[in-house]
Amino acid sequence: MKVMTMAEMAMNGETPEVLFWVGCAGSFDQRAQKITKAFASILDKVGFSYAILGKEEACTGDPARRAGNEFLFQMMAYQNIQVLNGYGIKKIVTTCPHCFNTLKNEYPELGGNYEVIHHTTLLQQLIDEGRIKLKEGGSFKGKKISFHDSCYLGRANNIYEAPRKVLEALDAELVEMKRCRSKGLCCGAGGAQMFKEDEPGDKRINIERTDEALATGAGFIAAACPFCNTMMTDGVKNREKEQEVEVLDIAEMVAQSMI
Amino acid sequence: MQYIQQIIFVAVSAVSIWLFARKAGEIRRNIFLGKDENLNDYPSRRWKNLLLLAFGQKKMFSNPLVAIMHFIIYAGFIIINLEVLEIVLDGILGKHRLFAAPLGSLYNWLINAFEFLAVGVLLVCIVFLCRRNIIKLKRFIGKDLNGWPRSDANYILFTEIVLMSLFLTMNVTDLVLQGRGNSHYPVTGQFYFSGLLSNLFTGLSDGTLVTIERICWWLHIVGIFAFLNYLPYSKHLHIMLAFPNAYYARLEVQGKMKNMPSVQNEVLYAMQPETAPTDAAPPARFGAKDIFDLSWKNLMDAYSCTECGRCTAACPANTTGKLLSPRKIMMATRDRMEDVGKNINANKAFVDDGKSLLHDYISVEELRACTTCNACVEECPVSISPLEIILELRRSLIMEESNAPQEWNGMFSNMENNFAPWKFSPDERDQWAAE
Repeated sequence: MKVMTMAEMAMNGETPEVLFWVGCAGSFDQRAQKITKAFASILDKVGFSYAILGKEEACTGDPARRAGNEFLFQMMAYQNIQVLNGYGIKKIVTTCPHCFNTLKNEYPELGGNYEVIHHTTLLQQLIDEGRIKLKEGGSFKGKKISFHDSCYLGRANNIYEAPRKVLEALDAELVEMKRCRSKGLCCGAGGAQMFKEDEPGDKRINIERTDEALATGAGFIAAACPFCNTMMTDGVKNREKEQEVEVLDIAEMVAQSMI
Repeated sequence: MQYIQQIIFVAVSAVSIWLFARKAGEIRRNIFLGKDENLNDYPSRRWKNLLLLAFGQKKMFSNPLVAIMHFIIYAGFIIINLEVLEIVLDGILGKHRLFAAPLGSLYNWLINAFEFLAVGVLLVCIVFLCRRNIIKLKRFIGKDLNGWPRSDANYILFTEIVLMSLFLTMNVTDLVLQGRGNSHYPVTGQFYFSGLLSNLFTGLSDGTLVTIERICWWLHIVGIFAFLNYLPYSKHLHIMLAFPNAYYARLEVQGKMKNMPSVQNEVLYAMQPETAPTDAAPPARFGAKDIFDLSWKNLMDAYSCTECGRCTAACPANTTGKLLSPRKIMMATRDRMEDVGKNINANKAFVDDGKSLLHDYISVEELRACTTCNACVEECPVSISPLEIILELRRSLIMEESNAPQEWNGMFSNMENNFAPWKFSPDERDQWAAE
């Protein structure tokens, strides 16, 4: 697919409606790349003008900061803010709740002030505005879907409804896990846990959460975070349920259901 | 005889209030061992939090049944204090039921209301004791409560049952004496629960009844004074500190981590040397190794914690068997403050004891297990953030001690060299678009 970078746009004297912040998972992780492509394809389809930073994008610094390495975080933030401010970026959309949280809440006091939205919020807006047109009787009609709240979207930023509204628009049957919304259980990846082995314990957190999702009997687990997606996918594989249960990002579900 | 009672009463009150004030002063001093932080902005939002979270106990209502039971004890505690005001004045002035005559029928209504609350408190305390000791709810049997904390909780419930029983017995005997026209006991009209129980006491002589009434009166008020002085040593201190803790609660979204302007500037000076002041001194310490490096709010959090364990019950690490318990983080912080406080009392100023909050009270393994998911912060009914303490200690571990698991060191160097936590070439960042 053809995706414009900010550098190319700037060269042509164009300004996109929004900067799509892809994030490291979305850029490099094979599974998360599919989410990136699905979301980019939706934007293309509805004619929403966007650009990426491409090679100029760098990690927001979230895992370093939460691990305790403030120096590294500040270095990453400094570089990113230089680039973003250099292009005069006003609005950013991102498919990663960790990037979302850092860009939205932690960059302003470092000099990076942008309107930042998560892709589930943008998808909900585009559906509400009628720009995203969904198939009658799409592939998720009447299917049981359980939404896994990402901590950095939910408790961290109080976004609980946008992803659910998108799922409802797919005519799916939304089934909640025992712990949901503000009580949602973490997938186990946050706080830089994604990048290290678990501390000693009796169970992996992603298995605990996957068991809860499987208990709903839903055929689809919807995620809104590439890290949650990885953790839940691993959990489903661990329980040998990959034939019956699929873990998908909300953007992938929308992309599959569009006319 | 009456004068002796009055003198004893005044002396007991004065001593207990003095002792309480002294300990309260120590707690205040301990809290301000923390770093200064201005939390006085947006007063209207803060008052709203105080009303909703502390007075309204908003977060408790995520479990309505428990919330109502807890509310009965809380309302009982606050409202019955009106009665304590009368008791104190009676004690000082040597009167009996000072408010009965001026308030008239309102007095009867009030005492009846107190009786209903007292019975309510008594019943709820029994239910709460059962939840802890018979039903053994998971969050009450966690190993972080072993020893004193578990006894502390039971002592409090038991004391409240005793205080309420004394209050009711006092009223029953009073009522029987009133019925016999005893001149020391002015007629107040019927009390509902005392009335039900008065048959038990009608066989007793006037003298015995007066003795029981006096003993209950004294034990009740002395019990309250004793309880007041027990509070500062107990988890029960939340009945006071929950209020300021709600007022000074953080107003930002939970996802935002506290910035470190010192590090921000260091990086800025490195990137743009022309902005660096010539006399820039490096920050004294990165993150928190001990309580002195935490904010005063973190320290007040620790004194506000009532060890209910909602945080730990919601913690993904704890519930999957990891060592981390957010409740224990708060308890350890308070223990450290108490130890530092004793050190200051003994030596006039803090003398290094070779210990620190990090390592001696909270281990690396606990800190490493946190997913920063904010479940503990979300759950806390009294606006405590265990997460903030965890993250400050993590900062010290990494930036002061370079103490990181091998995988994290790899992640750091990937971020520095490849701008991603994984070892991919930055040139491949937009490769997905080409496929």
